[in-house]
Amino acid sequence: MTSIQPPAEAIWWKQPLDRVEGTWIAIALVWSLIMFVMMPVWHIYGKQNLSNEAYRTTASAFQAKTQAMVDQYTVRTMTDQQIPVVKPPPGSDVYLLGRLWQWWPILELEKGQTYRLHISSMDWQHGFSLQPQNINLQVLPGYEMVVTITPDTSGDQTIICNEYCGIGHHTMVGKILVTEGGS
Amino acid sequence: MKTELFRTCPESGLQFHKPAENLMRIHAVLAVVMLLIGGLSALAVTLTRWPAVHLLPADKFYQLLTFHGVNMLIFWIIFFEIAVLYFCSSTLLKVRLATPRIAWIGFFLMVAGAVVNNLAVFGGNASVMMTSYVPMPANPNFYLGLILFAVGALIGCFVFLGTLVIAKEEKTYEGSIPLVTFGALTACIIAIFTIAMGAVILIPTYMWSMGWISHIDAAMYRLIWWAFGHSSQQINVAAHVSVWYAIAAIVFGAKPLSEKVSRTAFVLYIAFLQLASAHHLLVDPGLSSTWKIFNTSYAMYLAVLASMIHGLTVPGSIEVAQRSKGYTKGLFEWLRKAPWGNPVFSGMFISLIGFGFLGGISGVVMGTEQINIIIHNTIYVPGHFHATVVIGTTLAFMSLTYFLIPVLFRRQVFLPGLAKWQPYIFGISMMVFTLVMMGAGTLGVERRHWDMAFTDAALGFDYPASAYTLMGLVGLSGTAAIVGGAIFVLITVVSVFFGKRVESESNYGTATTRLLKAEPTITPAGGHEAAGKFGFAAPGTFAMAIFFLAVFVVYYAVNWKYLASVWPMS
Repeated sequence: MTSIQPPAEAIWWKQPLDRVEGTWIAIALVWSLIMFVMMPVWHIYGKQNLSNEAYRTTASAFQAKTQAMVDQYTVRTMTDQQIPVVKPPPGSDVYLLGRLWQWWPILELEKGQTYRLHISSMDWQHGFSLQPQNINLQVLPGYEMVVTITPDTSGDQTIICNEYCGIGHHTMVGKILVTEGGS
Repeated sequence: MKTELFRTCPESGLQFHKPAENLMRIHAVLAVVMLLIGGLSALAVTLTRWPAVHLLPADKFYQLLTFHGVNMLIFWIIFFEIAVLYFCSSTLLKVRLATPRIAWIGFFLMVAGAVVNNLAVFGGNASVMMTSYVPMPANPNFYLGLILFAVGALIGCFVFLGTLVIAKEEKTYEGSIPLVTFGALTACIIAIFTIAMGAVILIPTYMWSMGWISHIDAAMYRLIWWAFGHSSQQINVAAHVSVWYAIAAIVFGAKPLSEKVSRTAFVLYIAFLQLASAHHLLVDPGLSSTWKIFNTSYAMYLAVLASMIHGLTVPGSIEVAQRSKGYTKGLFEWLRKAPWGNPVFSGMFISLIGFGFLGGISGVVMGTEQINIIIHNTIYVPGHFHATVVIGTTLAFMSLTYFLIPVLFRRQVFLPGLAKWQPYIFGISMMVFTLVMMGAGTLGVERRHWDMAFTDAALGFDYPASAYTLMGLVGLSGTAAIVGGAIFVLITVVSVFFGKRVESESNYGTATTRLLKAEPTITPAGGHEAAGKFGFAAPGTFAMAIFFLAVFVVYYAVNWKYLASVWPMS
């Protein structure tokens, strides 16, 4: 009987497996388990993992922390909009906020140093997309995400918004500048 | 039992119940209408993402992208799926459809929902994409339309279940329901779960948009919305896999390699797909890695295993059927001698290959917890789901439509010479489309983005020239695919409304035997392995499966390598 008719044998679940099916199921199951194990293995041996450290926050609380960093470590400004360029010390907590339609402020980091990057949104959902590195993170209002990053290439990286956030979405561009550093 | 309401199709031997037939026809017609308007918006979207053309202004682009997503992913597919559910119950079980009047209420609710939603989008204040992530607000009618549509679809699911009960009660079949009906049943169960999740998230969102609720948590919204959004894609998988089995049976008289394996694989979908919401949240704040790993892997990839099983058993059943007809030379004579000029088969086979190689592999790779960091929200993502939903679901449904035009609508296919080519034009250009999208995504090009040149931005960024080339190819191949889709709509509409009638007679009251008898199978001496090779019933299919696995392993490894090259993070 074909697949659009009832099974020929009333007790179809006792039919033996075809060798072709049994073999493939075994192979596919092993591959599935390998892929499953790869994720925890990468947490142990891999260098690109999210700690999933996150806190509830509010727009005003996060804005205040970002402003404090900007007040303390601004070294210059860029563009007509006078966007502050902030150079926080290596190893410190650095803050980046997303809002319609801007990533603020511009961060200047040293190559090879580690920073605790805090990201949150002031309004709608945004997407942190660092290019050309191609690191992509979801940014939500009310949540402060912490990612410990170690830039290992120097030069300019651009932050693009990759979560649709309205008509000015494509103008939401920020920068992380990576300098060679003193050491 | 009123036999005057039944007719038998002389070509296929299928039996149609008049009220069910009318409902299947109207759902299929509405589905094609949705495909048409979704396709027109697809053209506008594609031509805007083609950097050299950049057709629309930003506001119109986001509006039409929202329109395209909702009409294609929800309206086209679900209208067609309700027709498939009625076909798999009433027609395959030779039984009257349960409560046709209530089924019509469901239909009208779906139409009303689609109209209300589309009017909200056309109003201009609901360009929120299909996902409508809070707290970005939309016109309340956007959510209301979706809720109405979902209630209508839910009614269709219960009519399907009721029909199964009637068939059991009236003993229109012996033993178990056919595999294809079983697959449709899993799609229906998944649909009910999906619609429940949709209600849990869309009703509060509607109330929020009306000002009755002050706040909806963004992370909670994403978790529950995706329990609805991704599960709805699993309805499609269960439905189009059922359609693959149905077409293998219709074209080749194929029987399942084993009922047990194929049915268990369908059950795996039900058991694990609700975990799939996690795929979308892998780089979200607020969730632990343990949660992400368990859920994104559908509990150790058991639902992926199910698809890998169907990927073997569907072509395997065709191979066994072909070998038993004498196409036994080498590994692939059965495939070479398949009816490649019959769009019912060619479309189904391209759907299977495209879904597995492009949609399946990319889906598992990007759903890996850490690899998602280099893929999330890039244009790789629509590249992946156009392979699953367009090559997989849409092309499978198109193939089935070529079968239904004479059988259900009693019309001859208009321009059969063109119909022969349509699955190739559509399927191959869609394959190129998804591949170049994934390529551009690997270079960091964003999805849902109007201007990859960032011309109005205070700070700029230049993508490499190769990204522009790939996006140009997205525009070209997308346009070619839309031509393929337009040919399908043309053939379908002209055939159904203006086509020549099928010559043979199929009058109501011609149903001869109502009981679907299970006939004993004739197994060739030595089992059906005898026609195969190396003790394998389907050696050619097995070879293809091993090739598939090799591609999968290599591509998976390449992506880990790529991930290892980005900045260390912890």
